[in-house]
Amino acid sequence: MVLEMAHGTFACATFNRDFIRGVDMLITSRNDLRDNGWERILNYFRKKSMWMLHYCTGCGAMELPPTMTSRWDMERFGIGPMATPRQADLLLVTGYLSIKSLKRVIYTYEQMQDPKWLIAFGSCPLNGGIYYDSYTVINRLALYLPIDLSIEGCMPRPEAVINGFNTLMKGIEKGTAVGYKKYKENYEWYKKNQDAILNRTKPVFDSGVKS
Amino acid sequence: MIVLKYIAFALTSIIVGLLFMGLGRKYSARIHRRYGPPFWQSYLDVIKLFSKTSISHHWVMDFGIMMGLAGILATIAFLPIGPFHLFNSMNGNIIIMLYFMTIGYLGMAMGVSASGNPNSAIGIARALTLMLGYEIPFVIVVISLIFINKSSLLSVMVANQAGGFLHWNMIRYPLGFIAAEMALQGMLGEKPFDAMIAPSEIASGPMVELSGKMMGLGFLQHAAQIFLETAIITSLFLGGSSNVWIFFLKMFVLYLVSLSINAVSARFKFENAVKWFWKWPMALSLAQLLIVIL
Repeated sequence: MVLEMAHGTFACATFNRDFIRGVDMLITSRNDLRDNGWERILNYFRKKSMWMLHYCTGCGAMELPPTMTSRWDMERFGIGPMATPRQADLLLVTGYLSIKSLKRVIYTYEQMQDPKWLIAFGSCPLNGGIYYDSYTVINRLALYLPIDLSIEGCMPRPEAVINGFNTLMKGIEKGTAVGYKKYKENYEWYKKNQDAILNRTKPVFDSGVKS
Repeated sequence: MIVLKYIAFALTSIIVGLLFMGLGRKYSARIHRRYGPPFWQSYLDVIKLFSKTSISHHWVMDFGIMMGLAGILATIAFLPIGPFHLFNSMNGNIIIMLYFMTIGYLGMAMGVSASGNPNSAIGIARALTLMLGYEIPFVIVVISLIFINKSSLLSVMVANQAGGFLHWNMIRYPLGFIAAEMALQGMLGEKPFDAMIAPSEIASGPMVELSGKMMGLGFLQHAAQIFLETAIITSLFLGGSSNVWIFFLKMFVLYLVSLSINAVSARFKFENAVKWFWKWPMALSLAQLLIVIL
């Protein structure tokens, strides 16, 4: 069970075929964006009450019902499932993302209100997992959205999930879980990556019929 | 002076309501054999919600959400809380309270309809339809109590129940109490009458578009609503109390009964729920009215 906080300095993955050259990240260190003062006090309440929205396309969704219900009971940490992105603080991307569903995840993430955190679940959003050579599945979610925490494993067990939530809570308390600020600062960079990959979902054959 | 007293009333209703919600979550968790959140979880949730950014789709949305909370808090002004009350001449006028309570729902309806999300429109339509269901039996029960006490003041009804357990309206008019208890389940929006919330069907209904501070106001409204509705039933049937703590305890017992039913029930379709309300609580309340009048 290996847990890893989001990369402090954003190492550009040149080996990844999704990577686009041209625009540089403006702010690479999360220490520049750290919460201070009053925000640190509010962060205490934020970490104690995290409402999550799970984006269930992958197999990671299977691990969440036992995490939520009697056996592991994540509600004791104040974490509960929510129905819509407007109400949620956490977005869980539970597994692989096809290019089409990436678009929906981006919509969902942008609909959420600050402060918000994104958790990448399992190995698929990290490096593609078993879909590493698929033409429809993205390999690195971190190129399109700022990941605050990755929980590795295929799939992570409920213990690993709860351990991950606790790691995120520590990050929030220290004021270092600031992916949403990084997204705002580097929006141009993220947008360029998103556009480049989403262009691939455009139909090859244009029938000329306007829908 | 009366303004300060009113502020104390409003704050008490919210703080006690949130405490009830927190203890209720712990209680439900124990029924599910979970550990459950700490009982102060609701306070943390509210503070967190107010620390978030929020998005509004229309000025009517802001206005409606605030009107929802204001309607419930305005009703609290007429509520006798244990020995305390605001207005001597209207010490718990139940007719005014029933009118004012509706303002809260209508404000919520206006606010969430302005958000433009179809799910919230469906949710609030269900909530208002369900209100049609439970208000009628509840009003019939209230009419029979007004008939008995020759007064619409809660304080008079409480005074007439003085003198021990056997004088409570709960014991003297059991059919009416059961009908009111069923109506309370609908008022609180607990299962089996939570079709308006239904997170898995219509994505939490009225709350779909509420984010951050709006959701916080909605949370406070729900807390005040729990306080108000259990307090009304306590005054009507459980003999009220001249001690605030015993009054809160009676309210909390009512809330726990409601939560116990909630924890083991499935959800009614809302049209079935309305039919159910017009059949069983209605029959019980009409029977009670007949017994009282004849």
